Amino acid sequence: MSTPTEPRSAPRRIGRLEPAALAGVMSRDVAIFGRYWKATTFSSVVQPTIYLLAFGLGFGSLVHTVAHVKYVPYVATGVVATAILFSSAFPGMFNTFVRWQFQRTYDAMLAAPVDVEELITAEMLWVSLRAGVYGLAPLLVGIAFGLQPEAGMLLVPLIGFVTGFGFVGFGVTIAAVAKTIDNFNYITSAVLTPMFLVAGTFFPVSNLPDGVRQAAQVNPLYHCVQLVRDASLGGLNTADLGHGAVLLVFAVLMWRVAIWSLGKRLID
Amino acid sequence: MQVVSGQARPLRTVSEVSDEREQPNLYPDSGGAAAISMRGVHKRFGGITAVDGLDLHVPSGVCFGLLGPNGAGKSTTMRMLTAQTLADEGQIAVLGYRLPGESKQARLEMGVVPQLDNLDVELTCRQILTVFARLYRVPRSERSMAVERALGIANLEPRADTIVRELSGGMRRRLLVARGLIHSPRLVLLDEPTVGLDPQVRQELWSLIDGLRASGVTVLMSTHYIEEAERLADTVAVMNQGKIIAQGPPGELVSAHAGEQVLEVYGAPEKLAAVSQLASEGGWQSRRSGPAIAILRAETLDGSAPDGVLRPANLEDAFVALTGEDIE
Repeated sequence: MSTPTEPRSAPRRIGRLEPAALAGVMSRDVAIFGRYWKATTFSSVVQPTIYLLAFGLGFGSLVHTVAHVKYVPYVATGVVATAILFSSAFPGMFNTFVRWQFQRTYDAMLAAPVDVEELITAEMLWVSLRAGVYGLAPLLVGIAFGLQPEAGMLLVPLIGFVTGFGFVGFGVTIAAVAKTIDNFNYITSAVLTPMFLVAGTFFPVSNLPDGVRQAAQVNPLYHCVQLVRDASLGGLNTADLGHGAVLLVFAVLMWRVAIWSLGKRLID
Repeated sequence: MQVVSGQARPLRTVSEVSDEREQPNLYPDSGGAAAISMRGVHKRFGGITAVDGLDLHVPSGVCFGLLGPNGAGKSTTMRMLTAQTLADEGQIAVLGYRLPGESKQARLEMGVVPQLDNLDVELTCRQILTVFARLYRVPRSERSMAVERALGIANLEPRADTIVRELSGGMRRRLLVARGLIHSPRLVLLDEPTVGLDPQVRQELWSLIDGLRASGVTVLMSTHYIEEAERLADTVAVMNQGKIIAQGPPGELVSAHAGEQVLEVYGAPEKLAAVSQLASEGGWQSRRSGPAIAILRAETLDGSAPDGVLRPANLEDAFVALTGEDIE
């Protein structure tokens, strides 16, 4: 938002990123979540279960260890990252588009004392908090499949939150530039799905050709997978600081890009 | 576009009204009374000029009607008052706050009822009102009281816990109004508040709007329903092609732009064409009025006028006289 042409003292002036505005926007998300939490929880448990059945037990009978890790723990930790990706990038795209274009919820909120920055930040915070918590679901399923509980797993919600914040920002940005909701298919097939190939979710990137290995370095999902795996399997090391730093930069960058790109569309 | 303007007999033309506007009160605490002040406001979307040098001054405590045909720029004007559309040029102050820099403070103190339904269909009435009570910073201790009060205003108490999707169109519109009033604002913007509603609901909303005005709330209402403006507004501004082309109390606008009486001449199309011809030859101001030709200022006609039905002039006559008959 721009500033007034002539500055003057405004006694009751309210600032940027006010907690009250963020809480207000998020209270709406909480109310809606109250209606859908069962479906959300169901799918976030069933999905990793199927992955673990298919890859862990299916492939696991052929492949016993990958990169010195047993295959079930390897897949379980990989699925955490995919769960985080899906539970943040998709709401970023679809919820944003629906609320903005179809339901005009954002128009309604921006007529209240809520700025674009607050609106988008609050939406991103909510989605990424949820992604962080639901990132634990595959680990719980994994534990049921024999994964050893580790103290480092408690870091997963935090890793999920930071990664989710970046991916929801990515989703919001896509929603801001998409002409129709069908455009999201391109992003899903051309961007999100290929991310799996170079993230070390189901197989390590170290066996891949050189160029693809380089690509992994700029793939936030790869860094998320590494961090989740090291934290959950008790192998945290100094390289994880680098992974964490990449995720933080990604999150902050996407936050600003999301506000900038959707802000341009919301305020004309 | 044909504009049959009553320039010869102005009562309160834009230029006169703008005299009062020389010193808009930008600071509410200094005691003046401008709820809304817009000066020289322009807004273009690509090659289209939506608002073209708009001057608008809404004093505190009145119900102000913004009347204009579709595409006149009313909705753009409304959106500019919440800084959801930013002006290319000009100055806007709302409740003493300059936009867009201080718009958040202005939005805190005003309520908005949009033209298009933007309710959350998945939530209940109570949930929606509670969310907006938070957004409008209603203190926690007063929130549930504010929600109950808003439900009462909208007569929605029995539906408080119904999901919006299951409400009728009229109920949804009432909920939209209640949402805009949740924080007891001192200025309310109503954008086409009764569009698409049946007469019963419309009457109900009208009395609600009248009640707001009676309680000292400033109301800016855009509408293209003439009757709505005529009944509710203390002052009406007629907007056309992005500008205010006339402004005043409805009665004054009518007599200034349509006279006191209107003669309606009915007949077959050929007859109407002839009457129309006769009117333009005689220099009478006329317009098509459904199946008739309406000759304005019938009180000034001499014996040469055709037979017809005399009726009092109304705001619709003035409106068509001001904005022209052609549909864009």
